[in-house]
Amino acid sequence: MIGFVLRKLAGVVATVAVASLVIFGALYLAPGDPASLLAGGQQPSPEALAEIRERYHLDDPFPVRYRHWLTGLLSGDPGASMVWKEPVTALIGARIGTTMLLVAYASLVILTVGVTAGVVAAVGGRKVDQALTVITTVLMAAPAFVAAILLIWVFATTLSWFPVYGSGSGFVDRIHHLTLPALALSGGYLAYVSRITRTEVRAELASDHVAAARARGLPRWTVLRRHVLRNAAPPVVAVSGVTVAGLFAATAVAEQAFGVSGLGSLLVQSAARQDLVVVQALSLLLVTVFVVVNMLVDVLNAVLDPRLVREGVA
Amino acid sequence: MRRWLAPAVCVLVVLVALLAPWVAPYDPDALDPLNAYAPVTARHPLGTDDLGRDLLSRLIHGARTSLAGPLIVVLAAGAVGATVAISAAWFGGWFDALVSRALDVLFAFPGLVLAITVAALFGSGFVTPVVALSCAFVPVIARVMRAAALRERNLPYIEALRVQGFSAWHICLRHLVPNLAPLLMVQAAIGFGYAMIDLASISFLGLGLQPPAADWGLMIANGQPSILAGFPQQSIAAAVAVVITVVAFTAVAERLATRFSGDVR
Amino acid sequence: MTLLEFENLRVSLGDRPILRNVTLSVAAGEAVGLVGESGSGKSMTVRSVVRLLPEGAAVTGAVRFEGADIASLGAAGLRRMRSRDVAMVFQDPRAVVNPVRTVGDFLTEVLRDQGVNRADALRKAAGSLSEVGVDDASRRLAQRPYELSGGLLQRVVIAAALLTEPKLILADEPTTALDVTTQEEVVAILDEQRRRRSVALMFITHDLELAAAVCDRIAVMYAGEIVEILPADRLHTEARHPYTRALLGSRPGTVPPGQRLRTVPGVPQSALTAPPGCVFADRCPHAEDRCRDTRPAFRGSAACHLLEEVR
Repeated sequence: MIGFVLRKLAGVVATVAVASLVIFGALYLAPGDPASLLAGGQQPSPEALAEIRERYHLDDPFPVRYRHWLTGLLSGDPGASMVWKEPVTALIGARIGTTMLLVAYASLVILTVGVTAGVVAAVGGRKVDQALTVITTVLMAAPAFVAAILLIWVFATTLSWFPVYGSGSGFVDRIHHLTLPALALSGGYLAYVSRITRTEVRAELASDHVAAARARGLPRWTVLRRHVLRNAAPPVVAVSGVTVAGLFAATAVAEQAFGVSGLGSLLVQSAARQDLVVVQALSLLLVTVFVVVNMLVDVLNAVLDPRLVREGVA
Repeated sequence: MRRWLAPAVCVLVVLVALLAPWVAPYDPDALDPLNAYAPVTARHPLGTDDLGRDLLSRLIHGARTSLAGPLIVVLAAGAVGATVAISAAWFGGWFDALVSRALDVLFAFPGLVLAITVAALFGSGFVTPVVALSCAFVPVIARVMRAAALRERNLPYIEALRVQGFSAWHICLRHLVPNLAPLLMVQAAIGFGYAMIDLASISFLGLGLQPPAADWGLMIANGQPSILAGFPQQSIAAAVAVVITVVAFTAVAERLATRFSGDVR
Repeated sequence: MTLLEFENLRVSLGDRPILRNVTLSVAAGEAVGLVGESGSGKSMTVRSVVRLLPEGAAVTGAVRFEGADIASLGAAGLRRMRSRDVAMVFQDPRAVVNPVRTVGDFLTEVLRDQGVNRADALRKAAGSLSEVGVDDASRRLAQRPYELSGGLLQRVVIAAALLTEPKLILADEPTTALDVTTQEEVVAILDEQRRRRSVALMFITHDLELAAAVCDRIAVMYAGEIVEILPADRLHTEARHPYTRALLGSRPGTVPPGQRLRTVPGVPQSALTAPPGCVFADRCPHAEDRCRDTRPAFRGSAACHLLEEVR
């Protein structure tokens, strides 16, 4: 098991390392002078350009520049934004709490509602199943921005239960402000998790070991809990994990739509103004989070289903 | 009737996109400021937007980029993904290991993050997000195809063909590729819906096509301020267009998947 | 004393008949072998005892356990019967033991459900394991199914079946999925344990010799019907039905080495395509017109028109 975790960890480090090389290297694939790109889309004076060339060591060979960037990142200083005139760490620090809260909120909705709906669809009979299938089909096709538009329409014009703009301050107010973004974010993923849960639960219900458990006279609820749900858990956890990992990136849409000041909207705004220092740091951060969450899910899965560790070895 | 609904919607959307200039009642970019926010009338079946442009015409023209984008993405990602996957499965060894590693790294970039990053470097527009998204879709398609190609390659009939002295090219092109084609088609069809949603998201974020282009994602974003002003038509109409199109294409894709799953798996 | 009784049992799925007419009784402590080709309805016969039939299966006729019709059992009664009176041993232990739980969980869960405390349940489970010849019981209890060989796992399944002290064990081809070398061991353990406890056994197999070695009586099934019932020790001498005789003749060892094995000619019939007359008529070397037109009734030990003629 420890070997399994270490192998996974090594994979994460390797992937992030290569990703950092790609993200940093991409700057030099872009058309135009890196210095003017780094200036953040403005038209800088020749002196400013020279200052940028100096600060980012643009005249050094690529490996040296990459090393500079990487050591900066690892020592906690990815540089300063050319647009916001602020250190990237300060920009991220001010927004990361909101994004984490939004992701946690959406994950909670996705997991509780999605898994429950999936189990109910699998065991609840034909009518319930069909009704839930219609709902999930619509939800899956309604991406976050569509859901956002509908929610804004409803809550801005008819109901005023939740604010449709801003991040709020203080925990309760923030939760209040993040409710609509979280709902907009959850819809499609929730439907996906529910579908996977339904499929897995149905597969287990049809399996021989569940038939055997029934033949042994175990109560329906015990069979459902100990055999069906327990065995359906690993794939559901895997899918939910990938979903939660993907949420960090998807916050961009929800935050932008509801004017929430978080990492996602920072990434979008920085990209629109070509603020490369921020974009590079943020995309590496998001990639790292994505990979790390995926690793945690793999480990959790191995705990739930020890066969996976063995397959990994073989 | 239900059986034909989804394919019929797909055909209709495609026809509308192809024939947009002839079908649309107005020039989608014709401004008419005096007639802004016109309500739904016979003259303007969906009303007009904040600049007085006819929303139905914009929606019809918007179908073109909204369909062309995802189509290019799945074609490009499908071609590259399948080629990479089949060669990896065929050659095996270090080449396969290298390809798998590369796919893993590419997999670590969520499609949206990749698209936003690329947009920051190359600027917004139609081409940049399409290229970025194609890259993001390659590992998704390649993984499935590689697994299928490996399975297929290890089937006895391939061995039999080799023993009979057929060349690798012949076996790949005449046997492996045709046998994997249905799976590729299903993958591409399923990917189409996702690509459409992702591209519309990028447009919505302002990193895709720029105003005054008529594009569904862009229309949703540009209509957002008008919602608060009490004119939700633009955003809602475009959103409904996206949802209906994605549902229809996904439904057809899923039907294809069940039809082919027999000979694929 | 009759423990289990099938009376004109018919099972169909939609308009597809699976069992056409099964009448059979099993006495307390008796072992009955059900022999026949795949699709002849052996499994369905046995599964109907614990009402473990596919969804939508229509049942007519009766299955009585200790005199009570199983169809009339309520949910609680059915559970009681499944957990206390009847135990099943399935074909593939890999498929029927939950792969993510421990062997101990598998063995104790029925006892735990009956209110036995954890320590007692584990102690009983360990005892049951050693009775079926599994060494190192305490270690095995903590292991998971994938850590055990197929033969070992099947012993675990047998131990679990014995644990609740049932009156009847239903064994559905318990050795088919195992290696040839472990098959005999597993059958021997099942046989020994059930004799010692005088538990009744219904033993499904397609191997006539194996059935004859383990069982008191043999019922031969074909296309959803029982065509012949014989005491095991008189199988070779008194088999009358042409199908039983064909089965006996098609085993390796009945012909000298080097000669072609004899097979039962024709294709196995399923209950679905069975003709109006005798189900075996199409493949029977002796079939006459009446065989194809009217169904033979059970006379003595077999259902055949030609019992007197065929010798």
